[in-house]
Amino acid sequence: MKVGVVTFPGSNGDRDALHAARLAGAEAELLWHETPDLHGCDLVILPGGFAYGDYLRAGVLARFSPIMIAVRDHAAAGGLVLGIGNGFQILAEARLVPGVLLRNRSLRFEHRMVRLAVERTDTPFTSAIPPGRPLRMPLAHGEGCFYLPDDQLDALEAAGQVLFRYAPPEGNPNGSLRDIAGVIAAGGRVCGLMPHPERAAEAVLGSDDGLLVFRSLVESAAMTPATVTRAPTVR
Amino acid sequence: MATFRFAVSVMPRAGILDPQGRAVEQSLPHLHVDNVRDVRVGRRVELTVEAGDAGAARAMVERLAGELFANPLIESWVVEPIAAASSVSSEATRAR
Repeated sequence: MKVGVVTFPGSNGDRDALHAARLAGAEAELLWHETPDLHGCDLVILPGGFAYGDYLRAGVLARFSPIMIAVRDHAAAGGLVLGIGNGFQILAEARLVPGVLLRNRSLRFEHRMVRLAVERTDTPFTSAIPPGRPLRMPLAHGEGCFYLPDDQLDALEAAGQVLFRYAPPEGNPNGSLRDIAGVIAAGGRVCGLMPHPERAAEAVLGSDDGLLVFRSLVESAAMTPATVTRAPTVR
Repeated sequence: MATFRFAVSVMPRAGILDPQGRAVEQSLPHLHVDNVRDVRVGRRVELTVEAGDAGAARAMVERLAGELFANPLIESWVVEPIAAASSVSSEATRAR
């Protein structure tokens, strides 16, 4: 599997994501945000950080970077996309995943280890996670409070699009409605989550649970026909 | 072509939690103020548009408001024409 990690001005999780993808057995490279070309990557990762300084609203300016044209085409063609932290905010602003990430209810920048309940293990993002196994990984963000109007939340739950929820004992760090930490788009090939699996990819970091997300992606790519994951405008 | 200047006021929609407004409100006792409530914090964007007429200029501003300045899921906005650029000239003055 070939993984492309996008570097936006202000990204700071790009090299960690690259490292985690390689640990999971993928070939991985960095992609520059100004070039609308994914170099034939099967999975595109929008990493954490503060793209464009989070000016105006977190994620909104990065949404208009040239590479997002290619990311949109890739997603439309059934390609895999993972947005982590700020990358989730960018996907949400681009409407590639449902929801809005509001300022944390505490008004503070929250940074700590959290525990995630995995709602489904039949997705490319979670297939290597043993059912019922919670994941420990850190988060670090000021705007991670997941919001949608009630009726849209009901629809999201009914469609099985809630993938990760904050779980006890640490619980919900940011006020996210229904404890939602990560969602998938309809179609199940685009995922956004606020906590950082790439920062929990080796035991020395305090947890290697995050590696299970990357392993899931590598394993599911091996089972997916390559034609499905190629966007038409790539190459 | 003519130039038109606008202000766009972006506010959190009713019912959307506004933690900034709440934080401002919670600081009011420190100012010994006890008769102010319902504080909401928004954002104001001013911009100059070059266009053939006022209608086209306004349409551009409305488009930018909905796509960029505000997130329609959580924010509403009001566009108003304003006099050419008092804020621009005062910024230029400060820069000197």
